[in-house]
Amino acid sequence: MSDAFTLGLFYTIIRPEEKWILEAAQARGIPVERLHDESVTFPLVRNGFKADLVLNRSVSHTRSLYALRFFEHYGVPTVNPYDVVSLCGDKVLASLRLQEAGIPTPRTVVALTPEAAMKALDEVGYPAVLKPPIGSWGRLLAKVDDREEAEQIIEHKTALGSPMHSVFYVQEYVAKPGRDIRAFVVGDELVAAMYRTSSDWRTNAHLGGETQSLEPDAALTELTLRAAEAVGGGVLAVDLMESGDGLLVHEVNPTPEFKALAGATGVNIAARIVDYAAGVAAR
Amino acid sequence: MTHCPECEAVVQKGDKIEGEIFSCPECGVELEVTAAEPFAVALAPQEAEDWGE
Repeated sequence: MSDAFTLGLFYTIIRPEEKWILEAAQARGIPVERLHDESVTFPLVRNGFKADLVLNRSVSHTRSLYALRFFEHYGVPTVNPYDVVSLCGDKVLASLRLQEAGIPTPRTVVALTPEAAMKALDEVGYPAVLKPPIGSWGRLLAKVDDREEAEQIIEHKTALGSPMHSVFYVQEYVAKPGRDIRAFVVGDELVAAMYRTSSDWRTNAHLGGETQSLEPDAALTELTLRAAEAVGGGVLAVDLMESGDGLLVHEVNPTPEFKALAGATGVNIAARIVDYAAGVAAR
Repeated sequence: MTHCPECEAVVQKGDKIEGEIFSCPECGVELEVTAAEPFAVALAPQEAEDWGE
């Protein structure tokens, strides 16, 4: 690897994923500049950092967006780019893009007031899933079984006061077979995939679901890569559900965790990410 | 080594690096390595509403 290339790692905390990325960079002789999102400052004119490319691993969507915009303003490429993160980090925008690209996704209706949310739930039908447009790890997701429950949940969300909880992303509840699929994309390749199984209706590995390696078939590979391309590509985790009508893409994660996936598949995902970042920097 | 700020159990540095998150072996609270040398830890940052992947 070229001596000239310095990898910037923009991060909040060092989880196993970030540790593996640091190790992969070290193994390739790539110097890493650690950029802690709690301490970096961003003048309008680039000043004082060396990174030739910034790999975003911040867990904060807000910090990620501003920082990526600054790095791009400084002429430093980022993985992923601002446009990809801003799109994927907002479920409303991501759903629109997937729909525009003809990617099958769960039926979704968005409402902007509590009153309209009740209508949206009626349109989608019960049971439905209510999600905050921004957020992850299954946090504050609600499965809504009937109107009475909907009224209570919407009242609670409204009481939270945040503008984001006044946007209601209502999605059909897909009767998936107790599991969903996570497919990890690096560049133009699906590098690893797994089933996530849980007794909870949310199958996020973060919530303790079990994982099992999966050999992707042609249909899964094609749909995953199309979904990744639709949002702009890069390092992305595409989450899919198996419905009666075939695979549905329900989320594309722009700063994905991969501890569970690496454990389930044995794929050195951190190394793939570092190699991809070096390739992007060399373009 | 240092001590857990929650339960005061002894916490060993091992191969931990600055910024790393780990659980206190005694009380299980999430800790963050705030400095590698000399080794220092603090309670890990609280998950915020916009945190995720």
